[in-house]
Amino acid sequence: MRISLFITCYNDTLFPETGKCVVRLLERLGHEVEFPLEQTCCGQMHYNTGYQTEAMPLLRRFVKVFKDAEMVCIPSSSCVAMVRDHYLKMAHATGDAALIKDVGELLPHVYELTELLVNKLGVEDVGAYYPHRVTYHASCHSLRSLHLGDLPLRLLRKVRGIDLVELENIDQCCGFGGTFAVKNGDVSAAMLTDKLRCVENTRAETCTAVDNSCLMHMYGGLHRLRSGVRTVHLAEILASTEEEVVR
Amino acid sequence: MTVRVGEAAEAQPFPKAALPLLEDAQLRKNVRHATDVITRKRGLVVGEQKDWQQLRSAGSAIKAHTLRHLESYVRQFEEACTAAGGQVHWAADADDANRIIVELIEQRGGKEVIKVKTMTSDEIGLNRALEKRGITPHETDLADMIIQLGQDKPSHIVVPALHKNRQQVREIFMKAMGLKELGDRPEDLTDAARKYLREKFLKVKIGVSGANFLIAETGGVCVVESEGNGRMCLTLPDVLITVAGIEKVIPKFRDLEVFLQLLPRSATGERMNPYNSLWTGVHKSEGPQEFHVVLLDNGRTKILADEEARETLHCIRCGACLNACPVYRQTGGHAYGSIYAGPIGAILTPQLFDMEHSQSLPYASSLCGACYEVCPVKINIPEVLIHLRGRVVREQQSGASAEAIGMKAMARIFRSRRSFEAAQRLGRMGQWPFVRDGWIEHLPGILGNWTAVRDLRPLPEQTFRSWWRGREKGNKHA
Amino acid sequence: MPEAARSAIVERIANANRGVDAGAREAEYEAIERGYQTVAEMDRTAILATFVERLREYDAQVHEVGPADVAEAVRAAMAQHGQRSAVVSNGFPREWLPRGFELRTEADTSTDAMSATEGALVTCEVAIAHTGTIVLKNSRRLTLLPDRLVCVVRTDQVVETVPEAFARLQGMAADALTFISGPSATADIEMTRIRGVHGPRYLDVVIAPA
Repeated sequence: MRISLFITCYNDTLFPETGKCVVRLLERLGHEVEFPLEQTCCGQMHYNTGYQTEAMPLLRRFVKVFKDAEMVCIPSSSCVAMVRDHYLKMAHATGDAALIKDVGELLPHVYELTELLVNKLGVEDVGAYYPHRVTYHASCHSLRSLHLGDLPLRLLRKVRGIDLVELENIDQCCGFGGTFAVKNGDVSAAMLTDKLRCVENTRAETCTAVDNSCLMHMYGGLHRLRSGVRTVHLAEILASTEEEVVR
Repeated sequence: MTVRVGEAAEAQPFPKAALPLLEDAQLRKNVRHATDVITRKRGLVVGEQKDWQQLRSAGSAIKAHTLRHLESYVRQFEEACTAAGGQVHWAADADDANRIIVELIEQRGGKEVIKVKTMTSDEIGLNRALEKRGITPHETDLADMIIQLGQDKPSHIVVPALHKNRQQVREIFMKAMGLKELGDRPEDLTDAARKYLREKFLKVKIGVSGANFLIAETGGVCVVESEGNGRMCLTLPDVLITVAGIEKVIPKFRDLEVFLQLLPRSATGERMNPYNSLWTGVHKSEGPQEFHVVLLDNGRTKILADEEARETLHCIRCGACLNACPVYRQTGGHAYGSIYAGPIGAILTPQLFDMEHSQSLPYASSLCGACYEVCPVKINIPEVLIHLRGRVVREQQSGASAEAIGMKAMARIFRSRRSFEAAQRLGRMGQWPFVRDGWIEHLPGILGNWTAVRDLRPLPEQTFRSWWRGREKGNKHA
Repeated sequence: MPEAARSAIVERIANANRGVDAGAREAEYEAIERGYQTVAEMDRTAILATFVERLREYDAQVHEVGPADVAEAVRAAMAQHGQRSAVVSNGFPREWLPRGFELRTEADTSTDAMSATEGALVTCEVAIAHTGTIVLKNSRRLTLLPDRLVCVVRTDQVVETVPEAFARLQGMAADALTFISGPSATADIEMTRIRGVHGPRYLDVVIAPA
């Protein structure tokens, strides 16, 4: 299958390894990956902060770039949620019939990475090897917007060598919340403290998630505490094999 | 019209108000304990209700329908209630409502009133208005008593004193009731309240209540409670004054079959709360022989007029969103500066003010969605929060704040591939003054809020897209 | 002034709902989807067992008896608290009245006297198994002021679900109704459930055959 990758602006800029691992993983599974260079940002940060006018051109850009894609893979639960939960409403607000139609047609082809793997491509065992103690952090968008359920865990359970441990209070927000993390920095920090305590309690070496935005926040805190726990995107674990171990 | 929501208009912005609360270990422990207990109990009784989602959908549909036909339903309620011997008054804002209530009490020579827990009376600041005229209000709900006697502010919609523990309550009671001895077991404290109030219940001739539901079909009123203080205030006085927002109307008696299943399970984690009282106008056999309803707008019609946010008026004040909210669980209710705390407060308070005050509240959320998930009438609070943030940005700023300039500049950058790639290059170069040993531990300005508690990895040497471009080039050459 | 407030509010509501066809109200109401449970799914034995279990979870005492034993069960329920007198609700069946107590009728008892009395004896209109609730018409003071409440429920008054109860109560929709689920309670202090604040601390339910 031909899969178009929307890597997201912050993965592109801050977490290129995640993107590389998505490509490696999907190609290993026998799929063709394309990366349209015209892509930039889905508009989530602007939209969620109240700059909805500013998010509109970014919607139009996303639609233009991916309109003809067979399927779009996004390795970020919050960006998928932005597209899925808000794009249609935004399009309707413009009254632009062509845009409404395009968005409506595009939405069913947009997948978060684990949705793509399990629900669309039908694989749980991706042939990965990752010999570490790992705990999985469920991002709020993955839980309550995309309703991923146990998709990420089903993929992780099939990884060879992994020692998977459950994270206590998995449904509690880590406190990132986009601009919330700076606008309400102190409350965000208090939420982070609770989350990191749960992570530390697992004694995992690695904390993973389907969203690098939570992980950036959590790793920022873990590093400040010099805790030694690292964070990696789920794609990086799934891309890791015995021949080519990721970190 | 001057909308008032307690003292929220003068409150500090949320991030500032949150600070001292985050540093209060006792308060945070009390809040955490209370929200944990209710959340656990709610989980059990919601879990056993197989048709919970269908009930939520029906509750939401009934509320949406009622709001759509609110004019005729409110009029119908007025007619039916009047026909049953009640008197209906209309109040455009808080002052209006307070004036009506004070007049009713003064005309009857009342010097004191007994009150059932009512958020609406806190909203309009009724107690202060009464005290100004020399009328003493006695709060009779245990938690409200703790708040009133301790000269405190409510911090939760359903359990307003959850931020106090038993030792703190004991001190408040001993001082206010003039007791020399009092145990600190909840039984002792409850017993003290029972004795203190029984005499008042039998003596005071005027009662003031809120309403959980106003029934258009019959003109009836429903009040939901646990302790029996409500029933005392609703049954024993000669005169009863009920103050309720216009959105409390439901179409028919049978609609209670939905709300009386949703509300107790969501609010206190009980299958049913101990007491629900339903009455219609004046009942000859017993109960108050004079009954007044004050229907309150105080900003509600403004909310109704905003298509994208009117679902805020679905709220049945169960407090489930507070208990589920990770932000509320850290700060408790006082950070919201309003008697309506938590996620529902974050959307309700600023809207009642037509966004003229409390603009920091829509930002007091990480948009985690836990509130929407537990809401028994399916208010999509995250959606409404985002919508209100849009209103704050559009109405508050002339586009000149540092944030607005930054956000608009970023939006322009994302509008073309060339500017995006240029910004990526610039960012990589611009960050070096801040990088120490491969990490960024301090940033200036608002971004300093990030590095106050978290480190940041510098932008890597190569973006994903430049890696991809290199790979494509390599593939072509191969 | 009051009339001004009324018309201003009504006008604002009407403006907010411009374009809504008021004539469609009833049809739209009927179209509201009610996918929740509205009829019983359990058999009678299971319904009664659930009712008893849920009442006990609220700390109520439950006594299930045969047709000839109601008065005796009422007597025993009252005697266990060392009670000697009670106020009886208007219309309480004579054959269920216990012997050996000083009984007064509700109609002949003032509010202050009710508050000073030891206990109340009442019947109900309908009871709900799912929630362990009894629903009473009138007798609002009587079921509130005395510290001990004994209520006789006939098995045919017990329904499984809340909606079934509302269907039965429709004819009494404009009466004074009280839903009672266990003794008066609070959890306002540290979320510890305490039985009995202002209402009765003791609730005894006698379940009588239809």
